[in-house]
This record gives sequence, structure tokens and C-alpha cells, in this order.
Amino acid sequence: MKWFWYASPQTFYPLAGRIALWCGIAAVVLTAVGLYIGLVVAPTDAQQGEVYRVIFIHVPAAWMSMFIYVVMAGWAAIGLAFNTRLSAMMAAALAPTGALFTFIALWTGSLWGRPTWGTYWVWDARLTSELILLFLYFGFIALRAAIDEPRRADKAAAVLAIVGVVNVPIIYYSVQWWNTLHQGASVSFTRAPTMAATMVAGMLVMALAFWLYSIAVSLVRVRCMIREST
Amino acid sequence: MNNEVYVWASYAVTFALLALEVILLRRRWRRLSR
Repeated sequence: MKWFWYASPQTFYPLAGRIALWCGIAAVVLTAVGLYIGLVVAPTDAQQGEVYRVIFIHVPAAWMSMFIYVVMAGWAAIGLAFNTRLSAMMAAALAPTGALFTFIALWTGSLWGRPTWGTYWVWDARLTSELILLFLYFGFIALRAAIDEPRRADKAAAVLAIVGVVNVPIIYYSVQWWNTLHQGASVSFTRAPTMAATMVAGMLVMALAFWLYSIAVSLVRVRCMIREST
Repeated sequence: MNNEVYVWASYAVTFALLALEVILLRRRWRRLSR
């Protein structure tokens, strides 16, 4: 594959359109499957009752919030190192979707916390570091918008994105490093899941759907940005 | 309060926000296509 060929916005533009279309269709199908598993197939939890079904949104959204930030910082770093305009555009196109998933993770977590913990919010390490992630996304978007010259805006925002990436492992390991009200990781690569197989399947399908959705909307946004810059 | 309310509030707000993002992007795209 000719990677450098697609480093140019003009040549990437039609490819982005095709990928966005197929990812968008796949995201809709997988969301329907994920909702069916999460709301119909998955059994009621023995301890939490129906309220646990929030995790089918909450966990995938929280994963996406961190994953998108790392990808965004990666694109920003490539843009900073190689001075490629498309990389900076990709980073900028990912930021609103990342912020959206961060907000969704906080919102759904709060609604799960009220009946389960007895509170919407606590200043616990996991929740606070996730809130900081939302502010980092806002900072990235605002900083980029505040500088008129596009190349300078890209560079300044890239530095913020790269510095802010330190927050991602803090979010991930916060439940191990500190004594938090938030429970530990539900799913791990190194050990068997502690919940029913249908529950894990529902979460993974929704995570895949959110991932494809993020690709689709980010690529449509980058196409808009390419058109606006020409 | 019935706990199911929290579940529906989570799902409703999530999909409303995702739909809003798509609608705003479509608007932006259409404005550029004119």
C-alpha cells in the first residue's frame, strides 16, 4: 500500500469517503446487535438487578475515550514530527468524538453510581482523572480554535495533546494505584472474565460499534476540514 | 425511584448525543456542498 501517497489530503479524501461509508454501515448494524444482546439476551444481574445494563454503554465509551485520545496524540505527534497537514487534521477530527465519548462515560457512570454507590459523583481517582481527560479534549479543541494561523494552531494543540497523554495510564491504573470507590477492570487480556459470557459479548460488540462509529464520523469530519482548507 | 430509569436515561442521552453529532456533521457537509 502506498502510505505516503495517502499522506496528501487530496488523495486521502476519496479513500476516507469509502472507509467512512462502510464503517458507518457496520457501526449501525453492530449497535443494533449490541443493543439486542445488552437489553434482551443478557440476563439480569443477581446483585445489581437491571441497572448493571448501563455498563454496555459505559465501559465501551470509557475505553473509546482513552483510545481516541492516544490515537489523537499519535496523529498530533506525527504531524509535529513530519509537518504533515493531514496528520494534524486527523488529530483535530478525532477530538470532538473523543470528548463526546468521555462525556458519555462520565454521564452513564454517574447514572450507574447513584443506585449502586448511593451517589452521582465522588472525587475518586478514576472519576477525577476521566474528568481531566474531558478538560484535555476541551483544551485541545479550544487552543486550536484560538490561534488563527493553521500551522501554528496545529503545533500548539499537538504539544498539548502529547503532554496530556500522560493522563491515559493514570486513568487506566488509577484503580490499582489508589484505593478507589470505582471497581477494578472488568475485562482483562491476561485473565478470564468474571462475568457471564453474554455480558462480555454485549460489551465487546458495543465497543466495536463505537470504534467503527468513531472512525466513520472522524473521517467525515476530516473530509469537511479538507474541503474547508482548499 | 425505579432503577430502570437510570438505564433508560443512560441509553437515551448517549444515542441522542451520537445522533446530534451525525446531524451536525451532515449539516456541515451540506453547507460545504452548496
